[in-house]
Order: sequence, then C-alpha cells, then structure tokens
Amino acid sequence: MTFAKQFERVVIHLLLIAGAAVMVMPFLWMISTSLKSQAEALTYPPQWIPTEFAWSNYARAWQAAPFPRYFLNSGIVAVAVTLGELATGALAAYAFARLRFPGRDALFTIYLGSMMIPHQMTIIPSFLLLNTLGEISPALGLDSYFALIAPFLASAFGVFLLRQSFLTIPNDLEDAAILDGCGRLGFLWRIVLPLSRPALATLALFAFMGNWNSYLWPLIVTNSNSMRTVQIGLRYFVGQEGASQWGLLMAAAVFVSIPVVVLYLFVQKQFVQGIAATGIRQ
Amino acid sequence: MISSRNISRRQWGEWLTAYAFLLPSFIVLSVFIYYPVVYAFGLSFQRWRLLRGPAAFIGLGNYEFLFSSEEFWQALWNTFYFALGSIPTGMAVALLIALLLNRPLRGLALYRTAYFVPTITSLVAVSVVWMWIYHPDVGLMNYFLQSVGLPGVRWLNEPGSAMPALILLGIWRGMGYNVIIYLAGLQNIPQHLYEAAQIDGANRWQLFRYITWPMLTPTSFLILIVAVINSFQSFTQVHVMTQGGPLGSTTVIVYYLYQQAFQQFNMGYGSAIAMVLFGIILILTLIQTKMLGSRVHYQ
Repeated sequence: MTFAKQFERVVIHLLLIAGAAVMVMPFLWMISTSLKSQAEALTYPPQWIPTEFAWSNYARAWQAAPFPRYFLNSGIVAVAVTLGELATGALAAYAFARLRFPGRDALFTIYLGSMMIPHQMTIIPSFLLLNTLGEISPALGLDSYFALIAPFLASAFGVFLLRQSFLTIPNDLEDAAILDGCGRLGFLWRIVLPLSRPALATLALFAFMGNWNSYLWPLIVTNSNSMRTVQIGLRYFVGQEGASQWGLLMAAAVFVSIPVVVLYLFVQKQFVQGIAATGIRQ
Repeated sequence: MISSRNISRRQWGEWLTAYAFLLPSFIVLSVFIYYPVVYAFGLSFQRWRLLRGPAAFIGLGNYEFLFSSEEFWQALWNTFYFALGSIPTGMAVALLIALLLNRPLRGLALYRTAYFVPTITSLVAVSVVWMWIYHPDVGLMNYFLQSVGLPGVRWLNEPGSAMPALILLGIWRGMGYNVIIYLAGLQNIPQHLYEAAQIDGANRWQLFRYITWPMLTPTSFLILIVAVINSFQSFTQVHVMTQGGPLGSTTVIVYYLYQQAFQQFNMGYGSAIAMVLFGIILILTLIQTKMLGSRVHYQ
C-alpha cells in the first residue's frame, strides 16, 4: 500500500469517527446525566464523568411515575398490532398474489390509495368514532386498548410487502398441494408463510418499532394514567418534574429507549435491508 | 363478463376464498382510513365544537377563515422553514458520509450503527435529551459555543432560535435514514462505468460529477420527497420540546391541527386543516410515484 493510499484511509476514518462521535454524543450525554445527582447535573461547566454514580436515579424514576404499567401497555399494544398486521396482511396478500376473482385490480388500487392518506387526516374522524363507540361500551371507546390497537390492525404497506414475496412461490407447488387436499388456508400456513419468512420478519419489525414509538394517536386517545403508553408516559413525566430533575428524566429516557435499540442491534441487517428495499421512513 | 352457467364450483370457491381473505383487512382499512377520509371531508364544511351543541353546515366558511388566518399562514411558514432548514443540509452531509462509507472499511458495522441509532430511537426520548442539551444555562450546546468563544443562545426560549434548534435535531435524527438510502443507491451504480471512465483518465471529481451524481438522481429525489412529507407531518418534537412556542414560532401545521381539534375542540375547522395538509402531501406523493414508480419491492 502506498503512503498516499494509507494517508487517505486514515483521513477517511478520522472524518467518519468525528461524524460518529457527533451522532452518539447525545446518547452518551443522556447516560452520563442519568447517573448524576441533581446538584451535579446542574454544575457548570458540564462534567462527562459523574463524581459519584447515582444508580438510584433509575429506581427513583421507575417509581416516580407508573412506568411498569406504561411498559405493559406499550408491549400489549405493539405485540397485538404486529400480530394483527401480519395476519390480515398475509390473508389479503395471498388473495391478491395467488387468487383470481372479479374486482381484484380495482380493489388492489383502492388498497394502494390508502397508502397516500396521511395518518393526521384520519385522526379527527377516528377519535369521534371511538368517542361514539364508547357510549355503547367503554371497552370500545377512547382510553382503551381497543382504541390504541384497532386502527392499526391492517396496513396496505404490509399487504404489498407480503404480496411481493408471495408472488415468487411457483404455481405448480400450489396446484400439487391443492390436489393433495391441502386447502388454501393450509397451503398458506404450511408452505407460503414458511417460505416468506424474510418478508414477514421485515413487516413485523416495522410494525413493532413504528407502534412502540408512535406518539400522536396515543396522545389523543389516552387520558388516564393507566392507559398511557411509554412514550406518552415519558412526556408527562417531563411535565410532572417541571423539567428540572434532569438526572431522573435522563434515566427515564434511557429505559424508554432501550427496548427498541436492543431489538435493532439484534436484527440490524434485516432492518437496514428492509429500509433500503422499501424506502420506508417512520 | 363470465356467464354464470360456465362458472364451475371450484371457481366460485376461489372467489369466496379471496373475498373472505380480504375481509379482515378491508374492514380495518374501511373503518379507520376510507370512512374517516370521507367524514373529514364532510366535516370540513361544518362548524362543530365538540360538547357545544350540534354541527352546522357553513359551506366554505372554515376554508375562508383558514386562508385569512394569520395563524395558519404562520404554521405553514414554520413547517416550510423546518423543511428548508433541515433537508438540503441533511442530504448533503448524508451523501458525504455515504460516499466515505461506500468501500470495504474496518468497523463498517460500527459506523453504520452510530449513524443509524438516532433514527430508530423514540423521538420522545431524544427530544427530552435535546431539551437538556439546549438548556440555556448549563446545556451542552452552549458550553460548546462558549468554549470556542461564541455567546450562548437561549435556544428553546427565544422565537428566533427555537426553530433552528428543532432543525438541528431534525438533521441529526434523519441522518441515519438518509445515509442508508444513499448507500443503497451507491451500491446500485454499475462498477464498469467507473472502470471505463478511469481508463479515459477521469479524475475523482469527474467520476463524481459525471457518474455518481447523475446515477444518484432517483435516490436523491426519493430522499427529498420522503423528507418533505416527513417534515410536513412533524409533531412529536414540537409537542415535547416547545408546545409550539415561543410566540408560535414552532407551531407547525400538524401542531396547529392538534391545537384546534384536540385543545379547542373545533372539529370542523380542524378537519379543514387536515384537508389542506392532505392536499399538500397528496401532491408530493403523486410527484414521487410519477418520478419513481412504486419502490416497494422486496428481494
């Protein structure tokens, strides 16, 4: 390797390291502050390493607001939405990809159209609808799991993603299976889904992360502390602490961030490929 | 049209199966997307304050009020300002990073993670962290400014600096996504183009100028449209960090909708704002589809 090449390599790494440092600095600052006492958090100039590690911030933040409940709510909602989106998406994708029926193309266009509707446009009618349903039964109204889950149980994006994958399965496979008396549902369950694992995993990942991080809808439909999700809980925690107990706030920000970051570290390859393939952005 | 006599039982079975399979997703999309769109359209012609008696048809009243309201134009301008401030800079930096990363490097996965983690972390959590970074007296940002001899800024507390603060956060958070998409675009450029140009004695700048940049045009366009749509939908960081203030300087369009519909309960007026937002996003989406076709393909 020539000197020039080597020099170039070093410069590239230095630039990338500088950039990466800027990118992770807020996270390091969050962790650093989360381990500081109130007095030390407010010292100036700021210190990166706490003189004494205030691990108790985590326990105090965890108890200062009903975080266990928030996590339970977020978990229930994100898992239910993910499973729902996979189930409804797989069924519809199968119909669009492998069955012939009158109105198929028109219906497909209608599904496609729903992707052009911004979520913000539907929130007022959906809110009013749930408000009305709540008069029939509170379990179907605002401030319920139903309100947090139901609107997201199907997504056109999921149907498209799975349809693309289902189209690649050879037809003779299906004819043979049907002749062997394996019904459509059986074929979908036993052959199509196992062969489409990558697409299913990508969809599950997007659905879960998108829902775990969602904010506007849960903000609008929840109003009791027991129904709040993690994101809304964190926002109210900031209000409750009057944005002064920075050590506690950062500790809470850390444990709200952890689940998704850990999930990402496990499946980053799939996640990055999925984003590159679909161009989706949350 | 197929005459019903020739339709075999098996075909009927296939049709029924198809409709049955479509039913669950169709119900959800109908109840929570198609019906709300129609309903919002109808609502936008009514004056209706929730809990304040029945709705009244007022024709284009909401729209007239909207387009003559200073608050609305301010919100539209704020949104535009946010997009203009964060997108070009963010794209330029992302392209530079993607060009640097587009080679076999030691620690590539580590770099990628560092650039990408802000994108996937909850926006609420990073907003809280940035509130702390922007703290006027003991914040990290002002500490950096002062250590290079610049005066500190009262970031989120001044109408002049609150939006720039949100823009900085926006650039930081969108970076990972843009880098990933640019990297994918770079990897799709056929290598033989570069080899041919190098034989002709092209230098690095020429390679970039005449091959990389033109070949990346669709990618840049995708990033641009997605970023603009995203900017027009921004809400979370505003609700967490500034509540639209100070003096309305960060009230973006979705925040304005939220204030009107869910704080003042003006459901009709809020629906009119939603229709305008829909119009803007629809135009952007149509441009995107026209230029790129649907990019949803899975390998």
